[in-house]
Amino acid sequence: MTQLKIAERQIAMILSGLIVLVGLVMAAAGHGDPMGAHGWIVMLFAGVVFCIVMNVLEDPEPSEDRRTSYYDDPTKVGIVIALFWAVVGMGMGVWVASQLAWPDLRFDAAWSSFGRIRPVHTSGVIFGFGGNALIATSFHVMQRTSRARLAGQVSPWFVLLGFNLFCIVAASGYLMGVTQSKEYAEPEWYADIWLVIVWIVYFVLYIRTLARRNEPHIYVANWYYLAFILVMAILHIVNNLAIPASLTGAKSYSAFSGVQDAMIQWWYGHNAVAFFLTAGFLGMLYYFLPKRAERPIYSYRLSILSFWGIVFFYIWVGSHHLHYTALPQWVQTLGMTFSVMLLIPSWASAGNALMTLNGAWHKVRDDATLRFMMVAAVFYGLSTFEGSFMAVRAVNSLSHYTDWTVGHVHSGAMGWVAMITFGSIYALVPVLWRKKTMYSWKLVEWHFWLALSGTVIYVFAMWNSGITQGLMWRTYTESGTLAYSFTDTLVAMHPYYIARAFGGALFLAGAVLAAFNVIMTIRKVPDQASQRDYPTNSEAAEPAVPAGE
Amino acid sequence: MNSLILLIPISLAMGAIGVVVFLWTLRSDQYEDLSGDAERILYAEDRPIVPKDQNTARKHKETAR
Repeated sequence: MTQLKIAERQIAMILSGLIVLVGLVMAAAGHGDPMGAHGWIVMLFAGVVFCIVMNVLEDPEPSEDRRTSYYDDPTKVGIVIALFWAVVGMGMGVWVASQLAWPDLRFDAAWSSFGRIRPVHTSGVIFGFGGNALIATSFHVMQRTSRARLAGQVSPWFVLLGFNLFCIVAASGYLMGVTQSKEYAEPEWYADIWLVIVWIVYFVLYIRTLARRNEPHIYVANWYYLAFILVMAILHIVNNLAIPASLTGAKSYSAFSGVQDAMIQWWYGHNAVAFFLTAGFLGMLYYFLPKRAERPIYSYRLSILSFWGIVFFYIWVGSHHLHYTALPQWVQTLGMTFSVMLLIPSWASAGNALMTLNGAWHKVRDDATLRFMMVAAVFYGLSTFEGSFMAVRAVNSLSHYTDWTVGHVHSGAMGWVAMITFGSIYALVPVLWRKKTMYSWKLVEWHFWLALSGTVIYVFAMWNSGITQGLMWRTYTESGTLAYSFTDTLVAMHPYYIARAFGGALFLAGAVLAAFNVIMTIRKVPDQASQRDYPTNSEAAEPAVPAGE
Repeated sequence: MNSLILLIPISLAMGAIGVVVFLWTLRSDQYEDLSGDAERILYAEDRPIVPKDQNTARKHKETAR
């Protein structure tokens, strides 16, 4: 706030005041409907922002020339919010997983049923944790690689807080039963419209910052972030085309139906995996991995080639989610073919990351932060191979609708997305807050092993469960009837569900340690003015192994 | 297949945007010094470059071309 001019604070106050009014209209019009409850939530959220801005409205103007420093406040807030969502989202995940093993954990409430809290888990980790981490790191990376300050002072706050308002409306809506039943796109029409506005501001902010860059070259990480922003906007708009049943209620009807709707949904769904969970986080990888390892990317040329490969291949693969359905065979085959082709740019990125570390293995051994990034690259390679493989129709006939899919998603989400994010956060926090080191390197080490063992236990449990399930479903007796009933498969899967909940709990424990460590770093570690983004000597950042151990 | 009538043109249009942007990167000399581009992020100071005077900065650019 201290870096905002008074005129900018006024704009912020007017904006939040307008959103309070929008909330008021929603609360009044949607009275008696979940939309009314959302109106109150919007009013509360915007009201708090309004009060915060009003409190500092008359504070003195920033004295220094703002162009001489980067604008890091939104990044800092974004990182803390991301960690908050990590704990919430992963906590919900552990609960959901436990419900599958022990159904009594629903406690007989409507809001706590599997169908309602599962989307809180998925949206909480993907959008809450991943989305905030992407927004925060993109603000950091775009400024550093452009050698220019953010092109707006109020708009970064609008993007960050607006996105979180969307996340809160989404999560609270699921608990009230508000959903349009599209995976990863559950929020209803008014939340979707709000996200479009936020996203356009985000895109404009990114382009304007790049346009004022003082470095002629646009670093490759920016391309990944840009693709993430632009493509997500298009996917979101197309998939959420819907007609509200009434303007005073949350319910809407999709513009498509049947297999048409399924095709649109999985065109969205798989490209959300591609451009949200892959491209965005590759942007993180391509900036923070070289920074932390203090080595340039092994082949910068290859990183650019794999970017364009991903851009041109990924958009066609969505139909591999609809093998053996009413979708025409050629469309399924198209999706399958492009899925297999995708292995090339995917492995190019994974290999590029690992080759960057080749020659710096001693750093990987000593520095858990770098190890997070290395393991992320390994899991990225593994899960993209698995994904291409599962998209093949014959494999899909075994894997589809089983827990194998869940295992695949989590090897990507935990092993790749969360690992690269935690690695980047540990690399970024000391730089952002100008601290010498993280509060506790031992906790980082603990987090690493908890996260890795949690992921491995989870993924192995789901592979076993999924393949068992798939094989049981396709086993026939001699007389040609199904050998196993649905209940038989549930009994067979029960031990794996317990293992899955346990693996998830380990992963959650790691995330809690991360949140604690980051907060203690901010509060307890003495400040340090550093000239560079990162100390030139990695030992200076974190004592690798203390003497005597 | 009405969803395909929508999705295929959109996907092709997105690909076309990609091609146009890629051609722009070629024309604006984005790939002239790849090893330097990869290394500069490692050694940059942690503060923006401030053009001393907007006009001289612009002149500088023009003469450089």
